[in-house]
Amino acid sequence: MADLRTNFVGIRSPNPFWLASAPPTDKEYNVRRAFEAGWGGVVWKTLGEDPPVVNVSSRYGSLDYNGTRMIGLNNIELISDRPLATNIAEIKSVKRDYPDRAVVVSLMVPCVEESWKAILPIVEETGADGIELNFGCPHGMSERNMGAAVGQVPEYVEMVTRWCKQNTRMPVIVKLTPNITNILMPARAALRGGADAVSLINTVQSVIGVDLDLMAPMPVVDGQGTHGGYCGPAVKPIALRMIGDIARDPELARLPISGIGGIGSWRDAAEFLAMGATTLQVCTAAMHYGFRIVEDMTDGLSAWMDQKGYATIADVTGRAVERFVPWNRLNMKFKTIAKIDQDACIKCGLCHIACEDTSHQAIARSKVDGERHYEVIDEECVGCNLCAHVCPVDECITMQPQPVDGVLTWPEHPSNPARVTVGS
Amino acid sequence: MPQGPDIAPGRLTDVELALNFSDAHPPLTHAQAVVEADRCFYCYDAPCIEACPTGIDIPRFIRAIATDNMAGSARIILESNILGGSCARVCPTEILCEQKCVHNTREEGQPIRIGMLQRHATDWQMDHGGQPFTRAAPTGQRIAIVGAGPAGLACAHRLAMHGHDVVIHDRHALAGGLNEYGVAAYKLADDFAQREVDFLLSIGGITFEGGKVLGRNMTVASLRREYDAVFLAVGLAGVRSLGIEGEDLDGVMNAVDFIEGLRSANRQTVPVGRRVVVIGGGNTAVDAAVQARRLGAEDVTLVYRRGAENMSATPVEREWAQTNGVTVRLWAAPVRLVARDGVLDGIEFARGRIGPDGRPAYDPDDTFVVAADMVLKAVGQTFMPDPLNGESIAISGGRIMVDATGQTTMQGVYAGGDCTPGEDLTVAAVRDGRDAAEAIHAAYMAAGR
Repeated sequence: MADLRTNFVGIRSPNPFWLASAPPTDKEYNVRRAFEAGWGGVVWKTLGEDPPVVNVSSRYGSLDYNGTRMIGLNNIELISDRPLATNIAEIKSVKRDYPDRAVVVSLMVPCVEESWKAILPIVEETGADGIELNFGCPHGMSERNMGAAVGQVPEYVEMVTRWCKQNTRMPVIVKLTPNITNILMPARAALRGGADAVSLINTVQSVIGVDLDLMAPMPVVDGQGTHGGYCGPAVKPIALRMIGDIARDPELARLPISGIGGIGSWRDAAEFLAMGATTLQVCTAAMHYGFRIVEDMTDGLSAWMDQKGYATIADVTGRAVERFVPWNRLNMKFKTIAKIDQDACIKCGLCHIACEDTSHQAIARSKVDGERHYEVIDEECVGCNLCAHVCPVDECITMQPQPVDGVLTWPEHPSNPARVTVGS
Repeated sequence: MPQGPDIAPGRLTDVELALNFSDAHPPLTHAQAVVEADRCFYCYDAPCIEACPTGIDIPRFIRAIATDNMAGSARIILESNILGGSCARVCPTEILCEQKCVHNTREEGQPIRIGMLQRHATDWQMDHGGQPFTRAAPTGQRIAIVGAGPAGLACAHRLAMHGHDVVIHDRHALAGGLNEYGVAAYKLADDFAQREVDFLLSIGGITFEGGKVLGRNMTVASLRREYDAVFLAVGLAGVRSLGIEGEDLDGVMNAVDFIEGLRSANRQTVPVGRRVVVIGGGNTAVDAAVQARRLGAEDVTLVYRRGAENMSATPVEREWAQTNGVTVRLWAAPVRLVARDGVLDGIEFARGRIGPDGRPAYDPDDTFVVAADMVLKAVGQTFMPDPLNGESIAISGGRIMVDATGQTTMQGVYAGGDCTPGEDLTVAAVRDGRDAAEAIHAAYMAAGR
């Protein structure tokens, strides 16, 4: 049985699955249900200064695709809209009853030291295990110079992080916004400010869709819409890349990462771990199916780890990072070719038309004994994988790596006008 | 002592009859249709299109359902097949488009329910969009059509689109042909055949003349003189007989007459036997057997002289009969009708099997009797050439000879549907009518008028 326990900058949890700071962690009632369902930890929905913010009605928009609901979700909800004292009392009560679970408190107050100095002891008194600085919320709060407005300026990230480190004994996790050009800048700033860890990604600025009858962006609030924060399965690729960028950066290599962004299954979790995460934060999947989804996440991750011989989460964390390289380090001598399993082929023609119209005309279409027949033209195939992706049948089109004769990267490539000559 | 066999109307209540003759396969809801449409792979050069005699661009109309482009979906269907609504209901999709669906070849694959989706789109058009096509500028050409079944109607609509004026003659009072008079009521429930005729005729330029019989009210020669072109879609007016003893007994009738009577009358007044035997292995036999059950017959047996694999009714149709309580008996040939005191009481069959020469062989000494108050004959329909006697229209293999454009051996006279060679399917008749219209229009254009 794999050991799923995690120790993330001193914060212990029975498994790496935490609920992210979001509506599911807004209240004691929800958090108790989450812990009963088996979640390893929570990041409590962001607390701010009193008076609490006011949220609008109509808050979420969904991206549906081919009948699948919520492959992406956006929201225009702000931070907790309940009085600070209410949240503090509930956090204390929950932490007392679940001492083995991670309870981290997300915070967002104005960018002045007094505000942070004031709230930190109040949170510390609850017995919470750590704080997460919400520098990521991309809507609403950023118009008040908080959230992503801080996260987008590395100097502010560093400054606020430092204030926190100087005013609390609790571990400080800095939550990063993806709405920047280079994730390394705010991550390095957090490190300079003394952050114990980073968590990412927060939501991506988005307009989820347009109501074509009302002619307004969704979700529509009394005839108008505003941009929101995008999350769910669709943002996973963005998150994996940003986590990998941080994990492979020599300066940031030892900065622990809590991975966030579209995690919905144990497989997603394993990928986030492999790219450098130590703990995992989930929100959309829970909002879609309820807290019970954690059961298969822990179960599946554990079974997969057993099968692969990984004993602990630490054995998985960062496993793929050394193979996440700049394009310039890819071997240009490598060649892979599509192969169609004719017995599995259902003759839908999708591989052919995709290749013919949009790629390299490398799948020939013919009739053999009156039956449709599709065949890869090896000489034309560039190994792009498109046919394998459009094929509706698993394992029907497979990519066959060809024997590789040495390594040749672009910097050394004869076609590169600026090539470097090896050994000269 | 009864005067005749036990054949009576009103075996069931109005409520039971209404239920029994309502839509056999209720339509998909829009949500169900979208889920089904999303399953379609949107194949390139899709095999389902090839399997459709009218060549509907099936993946395209299904994709339009998935994207909620209902008007576009219906137009894609109707521009290939203006009777797409009835074809969606009566087509044996299991041996046409759905049989070729690539989902079949996946493990446990269920084909896309193309027929149901087609119905969804065409129903939407008839409910919301009305006639989606408009007429071209009038050409002044007048074309006569004989037969208001699917072939005649499809031909008329396409000709009207091209701006020609069309008169359809039919011996029946209502247009629709087999859709109105020959198909099981529960397949085209809620008077669908007439609603579709109204929809089709709403393009304008088409006049329907009911009660007009070829050979009696007009001849091909007279039509040819009066009109610029003629399209014959007269179907199969003849019915094969069993050719056995007792066939003239009361209670022995043609299945097509039974079905026609049932389609055109108040079902409470349609007489049906307590015990019914249907002879035949096609869709007409199944339609007659199931409707006899649904009218309240206690026992219905469908007897076919060869094996299940030889039946022209599809396995789906056969199972439909069986789930409706029809007993199916195979490898039995009718020998004679059995009467008691001059009243029909049963029918005797000889058991058969494949003989040494590979052909069916029946043992006259190995027989059995199935009790029957009513025997419905459905052993095949034939083309009746009599109305064409004296015309220079060649008949071959019992059907009207046509060339690749649908033209008969008489210049300017075209033919299509069941009266010409090829499969006797509604959808094939629609194709014939449509293509003959295009040929007539092409000839008109070529003449430079």
